[in-house]
Order: sequence, then C-alpha cells, then structure tokens
Amino acid sequence: MADIVAMPKLGFDMAEGMLVRWVIAEGQRVQKGAVLAEIETDKATVEVESTFSGVVFKHLVTQGTSVPVGKPIAVITAEGESVDPSLWETGSSEGAPKGTQKPPETKPGVQASPEAPLSPAGSTSTPPIDQLEIKASPLAKKIAREQQVDLARLVGSGPEGRIIRRDVEAALKTLQLSPAVSKGKGTLPAKSASAAPALVFRAAPIPGDEIVPLNRLRGAISRRMTESKQQVPHFYITRDYQVDDLLDLREQWNEVAGEENHLSINDFIVKAAALSLRQFPNINASLVEGGIKRHGHVNIGVAVAIPGGLLTVVCRDVDQKSLPAIGSEIRVMAARARDGKVRPEDIEGSTFSISNLGMYDVENFAAIINPPEVAILAVGSAREVPSIIAEELAITRMMKITISADHRVTDGAEAAQFMQLLGDYLNMPLGLLTLV
Amino acid sequence: MAQITMREAISQALWEEMERDPKVFILGEEVGVWGGTYAVTKGFYDHFGPERVRDTPIAESAIVGAAIGAALTGLRPVAELMTINFAFVAMDHIVNEAAKLHYMFGGQMKLPLVIRTVGGGGRQLGATHSQVPDAIFAHFPGLKVVAPGTPADAKGMLKEAIRSDDPILFIEEATLYQVRGEVPEGDYTIPIGKSTIARPGRDVTIVTYSKEVDNSFKAAQKLAEEGIEVEIVDLRSLRPLDMDPVIESFKKTNRAVIVEEGWMSYGVGSEVAARIYETAFDYVDAPVKRVAQKEVPLPYNRTLEAMALPQVEDIVNAVREVL
Repeated sequence: MADIVAMPKLGFDMAEGMLVRWVIAEGQRVQKGAVLAEIETDKATVEVESTFSGVVFKHLVTQGTSVPVGKPIAVITAEGESVDPSLWETGSSEGAPKGTQKPPETKPGVQASPEAPLSPAGSTSTPPIDQLEIKASPLAKKIAREQQVDLARLVGSGPEGRIIRRDVEAALKTLQLSPAVSKGKGTLPAKSASAAPALVFRAAPIPGDEIVPLNRLRGAISRRMTESKQQVPHFYITRDYQVDDLLDLREQWNEVAGEENHLSINDFIVKAAALSLRQFPNINASLVEGGIKRHGHVNIGVAVAIPGGLLTVVCRDVDQKSLPAIGSEIRVMAARARDGKVRPEDIEGSTFSISNLGMYDVENFAAIINPPEVAILAVGSAREVPSIIAEELAITRMMKITISADHRVTDGAEAAQFMQLLGDYLNMPLGLLTLV
Repeated sequence: MAQITMREAISQALWEEMERDPKVFILGEEVGVWGGTYAVTKGFYDHFGPERVRDTPIAESAIVGAAIGAALTGLRPVAELMTINFAFVAMDHIVNEAAKLHYMFGGQMKLPLVIRTVGGGGRQLGATHSQVPDAIFAHFPGLKVVAPGTPADAKGMLKEAIRSDDPILFIEEATLYQVRGEVPEGDYTIPIGKSTIARPGRDVTIVTYSKEVDNSFKAAQKLAEEGIEVEIVDLRSLRPLDMDPVIESFKKTNRAVIVEEGWMSYGVGSEVAARIYETAFDYVDAPVKRVAQKEVPLPYNRTLEAMALPQVEDIVNAVREVL
C-alpha cells in the first residue's frame, strides 16, 4: 500500500515551506527516519524525515517549489508496487492524507504515472543522478568554489530554480555584512564568520545601486522585528556587572574540563538568567488574550548569527540543567544553525532570549524583544576598566547588560530588580557551575 | 563618411579593384549587358568591356570551373553565382577543386578566386531559392567563407578578398542590398577572419552575422528601452571563425544568444555555442540560446515565411530568456 508524505508543519506559524532539495531520488529506497528532503521555512532549512520505509515512487513537487503545510509532496510504495495517480491527485490539502487510510480508487484508463516507471521487483533501478545534484550555472559554481560559498544553502533565482551568478553574489554580500571576528573572549559562536573585512582607504569606483531580494529568513526577521518594535512598548535598563570571578572560574574550568565541556561566558549568563526568571515569573511570560501567561518552563533562546540573518536556538528548562549540559546543548544547536541544518525543535518555544555581541568588542547595545516573549537581554563585552574598590583605584573586568522589556507586562522597578538578581547570580559563578 | 547602400558598397569594391588591377575580371549569369541580377555590376560592361565582364551560360559548374582555371593561370576572377541555391550545382568545383587544389598539389599553385553569391529568405522566392546554406560551405577546410552585414564591411572585405590568394566564398544577402550604412572614404580593406564588436553592451552577448546583424541592432534598440544593453558581435567571417571577441564579450556578460538566418541544426549557432562551452565553460551563467530559421523548407506564403524566419521579436525574447 502506498504512503503519502505531506509537507510537515515545522513551526506554530508555518503556513508553507519551500522544498529546497530532494535528498532521495525517485526510484530509490528510503528507510523510515531517513532524510527525504530539505525544506526551507521562514526560519531555517530543515531536514524532513521519511515517515515510511519503501521506495520513493514519485516526487509530487519539484525542487524550489513552495508547498502549503499538509499538501502531499511524495509517494512512497513497496518495492515494485504500482500506484494509481488518483491517490495523490485527489489528496486533500487540509490534513496529511495517508494512503493507508484512503484506498486508491481505480480510475478506468488512468495508469501509473508514465514518467516514473517502476522497475520490476527485484531489479535494480538507477536513480536519476541530476536530482541529487545542485542546479547551478558553471559560473555560479566557479564563484562559489573560489569564495567558498556553500551552494546547497542558496536558493536559485534563475530559470527552473538554477543558482546563477547573482544568487552567489547576493549571498556573498550578506556574508560580508555579518560581523566576523573570533578573537574576542565572547560567546557568540563565530565559527561561520569569515575574516574581518580588509581596510580600504583608497576611493573605489562607485558601484551602482542594487536590490538584493529578501530570502525567507531575512523576510521573517524583517516582519517580526517590525511588528515587535511597532507594537511592543519597549523600555531599557542597563547595568554594569563585575565579572572577575566568573572569568577566572571559567578559565580554570576550561583548562581542566576538556574541550567538550568548555563553557562560554554566555552559558553562565543563560543559567543565571534562568534562575533569576524563576523568581520573576512576570518576565518569563507572554501577553495573551485575557492576561499575562506566566510560563512554567524557562526556555532560553540564544541568538546565533548565521549567514544572511540570525536564529534563536532554544535551551529548554535551563533551571533544571547543569551548566556543562546547557553549554553543550547550545553549542550543538548553534553548530546546526550555522550549517543550515537546524531542527524545528531547536528554534521553537523560547520564553526569554539573550543576544550576546561580546565577541565584537561592544560596550553596550539594546535588543528588540522577540515576541511573544516579554524581555530580552543584550550582553556586551567584558572590559578591563578602572574601578574604585574600597576607596582604591583598581582594574576590574566589567560587562554591561541591557534588558529590553515589554512595558505592557512589566515595569522599570521589576526589571531593575531582575537585573539586580541576575548580578547576584553572576557574582556566584561557582554556584552556577556546581549546583543544579 | 558617406552613407551608401550595400549594393553601392559592393559595386564600388569591384569597380575600384578592377581599376586597380587589370588581372581582376568578372564572370557570371547576366553580369554584363544586363548589369547583374541585383544591379551590382551596372555600367561595368560599358566601362571595362566584354573581356573583363563576361556573361556566361546558365551553368554554375562551368562558371566556377572556368574561374578556377583562370585563377590557376594567374588571373583574379570574381565569379558571380546568381544565388547560393545554385551553388549546389557547382558543389564539386567549389569544395573539391577550389578548396583543395592548393593543398593537394603541395602548394604549387595559388587560387586567387572570389565567388560572389547571394543567399537569404524573406522575398517569397520559395523553398529552393531562399536558403541560407552558409554553414555547409563553412564546413570545408580550404575554403574561406565570409558574409558581411554592413556596407562598410562588405566593401572592405570584398576588396581584401579580391587581393587575397585564397579561394573565398563571398555571401551577400538579398534583403540587405538596400540597407544603408557609413562607408569610409578612399581605399581601405578589412581583414578576413576577424570578428568585431558591432555594438558594445554589458548584459547579453548576441553573436550574429550578415542580415541578422541588422535584426539584432533592431532588437538591441528595443531592449535598450527596457534598460537591457546587449553587446553584438558580428562574426563577418564564418571560416576562419574568429572567436576572440565572442569569448571576450561572453566572459563579461556570461550569457549569449546566437542569431543566424539559416536552420538551427548543425548551424553557425551550434558551432559558436560549442566553442563557448569549450573555452568559457566557467563563465556560463545561463544556457546559450540559439535563434534560427524553423526547421522547414521555407514557405512561399508571406505570413508563413515570416513565421519561419527569425524576427526581431524572436531575438528580443531569446535575450530575455537568458537574462
């Protein structure tokens, strides 16, 4: 019996997804759980796993097509099985139709799709190789090779979705815009970032204006940030935190704990924020119909810069986890995000967010709240500054953090107290590291 | 510079070369007393006399054969074939004798022969009289094949062809005889086997020759109104084929449309496209597109004939498709 794979819903606000690439070609065997295709949602490129085992009988959509959630995208059959096209042609678009629940009606005169002839059982069929390859012009491939751009992550604007020069050049532009340093002590993952732009003092020819089309991620960021900044009354509180103890402890830990257990400054902040949020449920909340929904779980979103935009990977129930576990989870998810292989659960369900630009030698900045959350932290760099301690001038390492908060839900005094408590936790890094 | 027609340009070239070199003479059907089927040699008979402007029987094989013989003995014949469709009758003389004698006899003799002929459709002359078999002749090593698209090129290249010691098929286009263009004053020649950038542009390279140069300019003008700047490369000569300006242009635009009046299969476009892929593969950003005659014997009916021949709109559409 044939099974029909439908466009999955990969996020609560996902209406459609772009099928970027078929991983398994027509005629090839697929195991349940194997990656069948790659789908680009507003947020990320996600791998779609096959929900059935069998042979991919037919792709119902071509690469580069946007498909509404629930619409059939592929037919999987037992080896050698022939299928009536009416099975998917009449498939409804509301739910995910499943062949097993809907016996195929026999339509007189309609045969199995002629362009996808099934090989007889037992014989081996050769999958069309070009479906596994990326469609790009030779010029685009050459530029991509020279500039080390991963074509698999681009969406082509040429005929039949072919990646052409302008697509690669647009991607290169975006890459150059995303800041790129990895020398700081900061915590924003910088693996994907390329070298800092070279300094150019001489006047260069004035380039013409050009319009770079918004990709889905850029479009989603643009829409959501505009909504947030227009609809959410932000207020901001900045506080300076002395982080000498935290930095010393982190340094010692990283020396002895081994590569896989390395902690970033941000990991400490994530944990400290989660513990603080437990005591400030109003800030771990969302404004909903009829009131303020105080979330039971404390799920912290950590902003990760990726080429062309940013994603927020979500560490769940942070208050329940050890600091090394938190650090390891965030590291793994951030790597997936940078590789364009983020999973839906990596980026869904945050109740509070943290954006850290410490690695870029930033003194301070303010972030835009990520709805439906109520607040976000913007973390600057740890800097050596002159301080007065016990009436003596001393050098201390300080870090500024700014909270942006939704005034509809919380107020300045509450947010300031939260920031104070955050400081108390950051002053006790050993507690953050050892206690769960 | 003077604005003259293609007919005047070719006529001037012949006249000037005959004045310059007494070894140059013309032979062909109706070239003398009648002054040429397309009036290219009007007045020549009276001025140069029957010795140097010879009317021949209706026998293309004899015309080319006699011209080959004359060339071998040191004269510089310009044989006229009334249309290229009649060249098939003289095929053996053209491709087996003219193209090979110098080679087969170890270079003992030269063959300073020009065969002027006329091709092209669009004049309701029916399937057998409207062909563009340029590529067939360009297939043979040993024969130079040129087909200029402007009066200036026609004059300069014909003079060069007459002075050349090689056999050259000089293909004119019947619908171009009335086209006007600027032609330099005085004596000048244009080298054979050199393509040229006829119109600079940045977006798409159009590679073409002969009549389709004119159509490509019209297409370029339409496209320019949309902000699309095409670069036109005029091949001028099919053998030797000079790809340098084509490749140079293609490396800049990364996309090409090749326009020819003849059929697409095994045509000039096929050859140029293949060479682009061979030498500039890493610069290809879109598949090369060919615009050519539909694969049918050219209809007599005016409407059908126009549908079968490449039109300006076809070129415009092809350019949009590769962008």
